[in-house]
Amino acid sequence: MEVETPLLASAGVTDPALEPIRVPCADGERFLQTSPEYAMKRLLAAGSGDIFQICKAFRAAEVGRRHNPEYTLLEWYRTGIDHYQLLREVAELLLTLLPHQRWQVWPYATLFEELLAINPFDAEVAVLETIAREQCGEVPPALSRDGWLDLLMSHCIEPAISTWGIVFVVDYPPSQASLARILPRGECCATAARFECYVDGVELANGYWEETDAVELKRRFDDDNARLTAAGQPARCLDPRFMAAMASGLPDCAGVALGLDRLLACQLGTRNLSGILAFDWHRS
Amino acid sequence: MANYSTSEFKSGLKVMLDGDPCSIVENEFVKPGKGQAFNRVKMRNLKTGRTWERTFKSGESLEGADVMDHAMEYLYTDGEFWYFMEPTTFEQHQADEAAVGDAKLWLTDQAPCEVTLYNGTPLAVTAPNFVELEIVETDPGLKGDTAQGGSKPATLVTGAVVRVPLFIAQGEVIRVDTRSGEYVSRGGKS
Repeated sequence: MEVETPLLASAGVTDPALEPIRVPCADGERFLQTSPEYAMKRLLAAGSGDIFQICKAFRAAEVGRRHNPEYTLLEWYRTGIDHYQLLREVAELLLTLLPHQRWQVWPYATLFEELLAINPFDAEVAVLETIAREQCGEVPPALSRDGWLDLLMSHCIEPAISTWGIVFVVDYPPSQASLARILPRGECCATAARFECYVDGVELANGYWEETDAVELKRRFDDDNARLTAAGQPARCLDPRFMAAMASGLPDCAGVALGLDRLLACQLGTRNLSGILAFDWHRS
Repeated sequence: MANYSTSEFKSGLKVMLDGDPCSIVENEFVKPGKGQAFNRVKMRNLKTGRTWERTFKSGESLEGADVMDHAMEYLYTDGEFWYFMEPTTFEQHQADEAAVGDAKLWLTDQAPCEVTLYNGTPLAVTAPNFVELEIVETDPGLKGDTAQGGSKPATLVTGAVVRVPLFIAQGEVIRVDTRSGEYVSRGGKS
């Protein structure tokens, strides 16, 4: 079922890496959505069943060749399936839209082992930092473990897989689960039930087998706020309506958000969003 | 000076980094889906001319550098310093050899130059893209060789040496592209 949810919400997300655009309204501040995830999960909790929507999403300060602070998402949820089944659905959609004829799945850890010869799950932070300094020139002085992994991912792995066509990265570190379930992996360590889809090195879609446990979600939001306050930023309010919906019960489901501007850019063979937007951020 | 955050970095912006004035050459925003965003910035150190790549966490900021490009007229050199004048205020500035750099090969009286001032002192000098200079020394041209398109070295009045076609003679004025250091044509044409 196609749905439409508000772009302006009374609460934003807690993810420290997402900066919402704030809008003053007559009855207080509102937030332009960074994605329709919260609103769509409220519909799922209310019993909507499978839903999709195409909408605008907004992220302050994300401006670049492949980023426009105002952009278009296709987001959809399917009940009763996991992220691997959803991943297959994304792959089938892309094969109908792009000239590519194959797709491949790579575990996050295997990518790092193959391309950088390290295990991202148990490498010491100092080792990650050393590799970043060797491979990426001058880098920020102090990053968290996930910060170094993000730097290696964006500076080394993404350029390396830009000739690999459609690549799904799976089995993320649990610290990068966001709102995905965390699954035990063998005997030793857990992985996040999350995938990222890259096409020619461009990140196109991010999907989860959704975490449905309201207590676990609350714990992750509190972690986000602890990281925000540790970085000297104000904690963010949890969305009470979203939390109530999660407490009432999100059905077992998997969801994915796919950037339509980037998809169009891939179809047209350009890596620059300004080439497919009528007026990009600098001209809007 | 104002502070500039990574989202305000654009090519040509002058900022201070590790105590040196630098110019932003290129700024690319990267983010691995979820997670930490970075700006990969190509920078040029305006003192040393070194260009290199540095990654910032998005949202970091740098202090602006008091660096401005001024159109000036070259006056003369005393061997140690090169003197320039702002044509509207007649204010004079002296630039040392490091600031003048390769531009000294092309400077003649009253040449219009771009002088980059850092805290009021010349940091770099850019010669005009094209200059016309007299040849003070070159071997006589050999008639009949012109079809071959051969070339020979010629020393200009400023001391610069450029390759010129064989038919060009000593005492002639030639037009040179200062960016490549290459002969363009005989002088006097516009």
